[in-house]
This record gives sequence, C-alpha cells and structure tokens, in this order.
Amino acid sequence: MSRIGVFVCHCGENIGRTVDCAAVAEALKDHPGVAVAEDYKYMCSDPGQALVKKAIEENNLTGVVIAACSPHMHEKTFRRAVDQAGLNKFMCEMANIREHCSWIHEDKDEATAKAIDIARTIVEKVKHNRPLEVIKIPVTKRALVIGGGIAGIQAALDIADGGHEVVLIEKSASIGGHMSQLSETFPTLDCSQCILTPRMVEAYQHPNIKLHTWSEVEKVDGYIGNFEVTIRKKARSVDEDLCNGCGDCQGVCPSKKIPSEFDAGLSNRTAIYVPFPQAVPNIPVLDRPNCSLFKGRAKGLKKDACGKCKEACLKGAIDYDTEDTFVTEEVGAIVVATGFKLYDIGRDQPEGLTGYGEYGYGEVPDVIDGLQFERLASASGPTAGAILRPSDGTEPKTVVFVHCVGSRDPEKGMSYCSKICCMYNAKHAMLYKHKVHDGRAVAFYMDIRAAGKGYDEFSRRAIEEDHAEYIRGRVSRIFRDGDKVKVWGFDTLSGEQVVIDADMVVLATAVRPQDGVKELGQKLSVSVDADGFINEAHPKLRPVETNTAGVFVAGACQSPRDIPDAVAMASATGAKVLGLFSSDELEREPAVAIVNEQTCIGCMRCELVCPYGAIEQREVCTVDGHVCGHTAYVNPGVCQGCGTCQAVCLSKSVELQTFTDEQIFSEINALCAWE
Amino acid sequence: MTDAHTDFEPRITAFVCNWCTYTGADLAGTSRLHMASNVRLIRLPCTGRIDPLFIVKAFERGADGVIVSGCHPADCHYTSGNYHARRRFAVFHDIMEFIGVDPRRMTFSWVSASEGAKWKDVVNEAVANVRELGPYEAYRALAPEAVELEPSGHSGAEVAS
Repeated sequence: MSRIGVFVCHCGENIGRTVDCAAVAEALKDHPGVAVAEDYKYMCSDPGQALVKKAIEENNLTGVVIAACSPHMHEKTFRRAVDQAGLNKFMCEMANIREHCSWIHEDKDEATAKAIDIARTIVEKVKHNRPLEVIKIPVTKRALVIGGGIAGIQAALDIADGGHEVVLIEKSASIGGHMSQLSETFPTLDCSQCILTPRMVEAYQHPNIKLHTWSEVEKVDGYIGNFEVTIRKKARSVDEDLCNGCGDCQGVCPSKKIPSEFDAGLSNRTAIYVPFPQAVPNIPVLDRPNCSLFKGRAKGLKKDACGKCKEACLKGAIDYDTEDTFVTEEVGAIVVATGFKLYDIGRDQPEGLTGYGEYGYGEVPDVIDGLQFERLASASGPTAGAILRPSDGTEPKTVVFVHCVGSRDPEKGMSYCSKICCMYNAKHAMLYKHKVHDGRAVAFYMDIRAAGKGYDEFSRRAIEEDHAEYIRGRVSRIFRDGDKVKVWGFDTLSGEQVVIDADMVVLATAVRPQDGVKELGQKLSVSVDADGFINEAHPKLRPVETNTAGVFVAGACQSPRDIPDAVAMASATGAKVLGLFSSDELEREPAVAIVNEQTCIGCMRCELVCPYGAIEQREVCTVDGHVCGHTAYVNPGVCQGCGTCQAVCLSKSVELQTFTDEQIFSEINALCAWE
Repeated sequence: MTDAHTDFEPRITAFVCNWCTYTGADLAGTSRLHMASNVRLIRLPCTGRIDPLFIVKAFERGADGVIVSGCHPADCHYTSGNYHARRRFAVFHDIMEFIGVDPRRMTFSWVSASEGAKWKDVVNEAVANVRELGPYEAYRALAPEAVELEPSGHSGAEVAS
C-alpha cells in the first residue's frame, strides 16, 4: 500500500497567483494512495524542506511528490531532503505546476484543475517508483582541451598545474589563437604577444600538457569521467620530431603568393609555412591545396612538379606521402574553447542575411576589418607597426572607424552585441593617433558599451586625450572616390548628414562562432544557440558547464568575449575539471536499463539501437556448461538511460529504471481522471 | 460542425523528451508565454523511449489527441534516439491512419530547448485541430470500459495487460 505525501508549493506568488494551491492539496488528499497533502509558501526553503522531512517521518511515507517548479530546477534539492529523512531519494518526483502551468495560464480555475491533474499523474508514477542506489563509476583524471587560443591555453595550464594530464588540440599549425594576432590590448595598451607568448611556451613545455596542433576532433565516445576521443592529426608533411624549425623549407618554396591567415590577408606566405615567427610549435605545415606539387598530383601529373622543400631540408623531415593519422585519447573531462571568427561581410553570408555590400568591404582595398587593423598596428605585422593603408602604402591622414557592422542589427546581421568592438575601436583610434599625430580619427557609433574595469575611462581617454571624434550615428555608404574613401553617414545627435573623405575605413564586424562548432557540438552532444554559440547549462548559475556532463565551455565559443572574460571562464572550467578529478569515483544516477534474463529471448534488437554500444550478448549455459541460449546484458557504466532499447524490446525484457512501462502507463491511466 | 464543439475542451497528452521539448516547455513558462491549458505532458528521457502503445493507451484512456515531440534531428541528447522515434512514428502513424484515426489527432514535432515560442505554437495548433475534430468518443467506444484508478499502489497487473 502506497503512502504518498504531496507537497504543493506556492513559489511565493509564482504559482499561488494562478493556481489555488490549497485546493490542489485538498483534492490530492482524497486521491488513492495519498497519505498526506500540504501546501506551503516556499517549499524549497529551509522550513519548507523541514515540513517535507517531518511529514515523511511522521507518516512513514513511501513516496513523495513535490508539486512546484520544473524538475530541472529543484529535483536535486528535494531528493536530497528526502534522502536526509531516511527515504530513498528516487522515491521523490516533481510535478511541474509552475513552468508548465501557473506561468502559462491566466484563468485560475483552469490552471488549478490542470495542476491537480499534473500532481495526480505524478502520484501515479511514484506509486511505481522503486528504491534505487546510485551507481559509482571511475574517473579518468586526464582532460582534453579543444582549441589553443588564450582560453584553451589558460584552461590547459590551470588543469596541468593542478597535477593532471591535459591533451590540448588546435586545428591550425600553432597555438595562440586570435590573441597572437592582436597589437595591443585594452584597457592597458600592453603588447598582446608580450603577455601571450610566454604562456604559449609554458603550455608547450609543461610536463603535463600533450599538444596536438594541426589536429581536430574526429569522434567522441563515452561519458563523464570516461570519454574516448579520437583525434585526427591532419597530414602535416613534416615530421614533428625531426624538424628543428630552421625555416630553410620556407625560403625555397616557389608558391609565395598565398594570403597569410595570420596577417588577415595583408601579407603573403609560402605553401610550406610556419604561421608566424613566434609560433608554438615552431614546426611548419605544408598547405597541400596551395602547393604546386600537390596541385600537379591532383591534375594527374606522373612526375612531381616541385620538391624543393624536401631537397632543402637537411634533417629529412619532409615527407609528401604522409596521411591523416588518428590518435585515441582517454579523458575524463573536455573543455571546449574553439573561439570566434569575424563576420566576413560580403564574402561569407550567413543564410538569410543580405550583408553590407554598401560598405565596399572586399572591393575597396582601404576598407578593412578590425583584425586587419590589428595587424597593421602590430610590431610583428606586415608594416612592422606603421599605419599604412593597404592600397598604396601611404600613411592615412583620416581614418573612419565604424562600430556595430553586423552586430545589433536583426534586419541584416546578428541581433546580439559583439561586446568587444566598442573597446577595440577606442583602442584603434588611440593607437592610430599615437602613431599619426596629425591624423584624424572619426568613429561612428550606436552606443558606447564600455562596461568593465577601467573600460569607460579608457574609451573616454580616446575622446578626451587623444581627440578621437565620436559621431553618434550610422554610416549608409562607403565607396571609392579617387584616392579617397568617401563615407556617407548621419549624425543622430545633430540631425545632420556627415560626409567624410577618408583615407582608410575600419569596420568593426560582428563576432561569430568559429566554423565547425555545430558539428563539433554534435560529436559532443552539446547544443548551439540560434547564432551558433555553444549553449551553457544555465546562463547564470552554470555558465561554464554544458548540458552534457563532463563537457565544459570557455571563451568566445559561448558568446562574444574579451580576453579577461575568456581567461576567467577558462580558469573556471579549470576549477570545475579539477573538482571533478578530486575524487576517484563519480556518483551517477541509476537511470540505466536492466535486462530481465528470465524473459529475454536474445534477439539483440536492443543492441542495434543502443547509441552507446552499452549492450552486449551473453551466453546462457546449462549446468553442465553447454551453451543453450543468449540474453542481452546492459553495461550500467556505459548506459546513458535513453530507453530506446526498451521501446524496441519484443519480449518486454529490458527496462529503464526511473522510466519503466509500469510508471508511464500509470501516468497515462491517471489522465482518464480529467474532468 | 465547428459550432457543435465550441464548448468542447480537447484533452491532449504530450509525450516529450526530457532534454529538448520538456526544457523548451520550461522556457515557454519562464518566458510567460500563455497557451491553451489542454495539454498534459508525460516526461520521458528521450523520444526513442516512446512505445507506440503509449499512444494507443492515451487514446483509450480519454485523450482526444496526442503530441510527440523531441530534439531536432542531429541534436538528440542521446545521439540517435529521435531518429528511432521518427521511423517508428512514421510507420505507426500510417497504421493509425489505416485503421481510421484522423492524423490530425497526432502531432509530431521537433522542439528544442531554446524554442519556447515554438512549443506554444505546437500546443495551440494541436488544440485548435483537435477542437475542430471534436471529442474522440468513437475510439473510446471501442476500448474496454475505463478502469477506475487503483485504490492502492498495485495497478501493475492491469497496466501490463
């Protein structure tokens, strides 16, 4: 005989406003199997939980139903309370009368009736709940960090310093990410490379960090504490152990006109290349699609068209016949730090967006984006830090900076704010004025968003000390006019049109997630939002976790982030991973499938549909050892509890604990109580 | 036809997965999106867990319509459960139609955790469709008489039958 307690929460006014909680409790009192039903203002509060515990003890309850918010909100809270009162915590379930009832309905009678239905349905389920024990699983104390930008480097260093091995993978030839391309950083104007490169080297030399560059995630199996990750090491054509980074191969390469990714297209590189002199590791890669030897092979030439780099390499490190190789790493936690890319307006249009052809980007050579300006201003850039415009190499005397290109524009671009542009535009204006004293810096802005320590002071300095002219308004057109770049804009404060004959224009284009994040998300079972950024588990309370346990997120792949944010997030993931690694075993909910070997016919349909390979066939033997049949067996460490096996089982022999047929049919049956 | 059902409040049972649609419905609540109150949710870990008999049972026990909703293709929390659900539902849907169940009584949709507004639309649309079709008495007439709720916690025998 079930003795179930039903506890109806008012959630302050949140439920109480549209649901008559006392009436719900009253109605449930008469429900078969319910021993006690009470309502209370805040069931999750200390006195609320005490009320539940007291009722369990006094009434010797066999099950508990909390009619309150979503189980995603407080199931853990109440199960803990139930456990403390001595009842198995899996005998407690939540009836969601807030998100699924009081918040979405206005009519009090309707909402109350529905709340009663919901509570009854869950009472019927709880009647069939069984006491379960948590499953303990071992933890592999190694971490994988995906992405070698500042966020990935920081996360890797924090975990490695905590004493655990880290596998750091980076898809390009060097770690460093976007930060290595920056000139100076806001709000301190310290040199980006000066603070980054020591960390790159530290990560490379750290005894606990294993680095795979020119590599990508191919496949992820397993679950928290026990992931098995297959890494594709793309064919580099250069032996990483033999190469000593002398650079002779680059010197002889005849393909010299390939736009350099590192210089954002403002300079050229060779086909065999190290992305930048401070690259870590300082080992080149051969860009096969741009190499004349491989172009020749692709055309079917019998004899190789080139081979100069191989000839030049004294160490014999170059091999044109290497292929992609696969490495399998076992890890217990994964940090995703794949970063961002800039909205390449006019060239790479996200679906459904019309773009910004009127800004002439890609057509007018002196219209550049923020990253290109960084390269111009950088001492390691193509102009060695001199601000010279790309078209003719002269010093621009008037530079226009346009904020919010593609950001905060739901009509044509992204609806979100890219967060970093207000600050880097102020920085660009300052850097320009520091280098071209008689120059004129004009910025068109929507609003100046300078929230952050020292940020507002910094952007004010650009205006007040460096005399950047800030015009509140938008730019309608940018086009070539002789050797000038004409900018048509509108000053919304004075209400006047503004026309500027500029020498160069810098567009602050929107920050977008890096290519391939969605596909990576699918491999990790992590979802992305409408803009393609990785979804965190909770926007406020679990900002660096994802919905897949053991997978964490850091930096600009989650939303536009500046360096301090990205580093803080990365250290937060480090803390989370170290926390996970602090015990030898993890506790898991026993929401796993079990097979009834008495009735299983061994058809193995369940094995076919299991996404995790958790099911295997086992032999059934007679007493004298002859195999007389087969049954399925579910490995509880691998099972994730989807229940797909149960739905296909012909003999109803496999059962997902916590969602059994009995429980679900009882819920369905309870629905006939609808009035 | 429509006039006859103006007082009729359809009873709809929704079978939803825990990770996408249930969470999407939570988001609809958090966003205070008001919608019809005719739908009752049954939370499952994954749409792959849905046995077609759940739907048969729901009709038998008084539902005028059902909704099945889970993660979008390729977004399944369990990698592929929703594909199994889709295949199973495609076949089941045809069988139901063959035996005379109006397909408008069965809604299949993908609602992700970020689609609270879509969930509202799915609910309102399903309610409007079923409202137009009227109560599903014809189906219930075929089913054995409704069984009273069990007085105790032991309804397993009846359930399994």
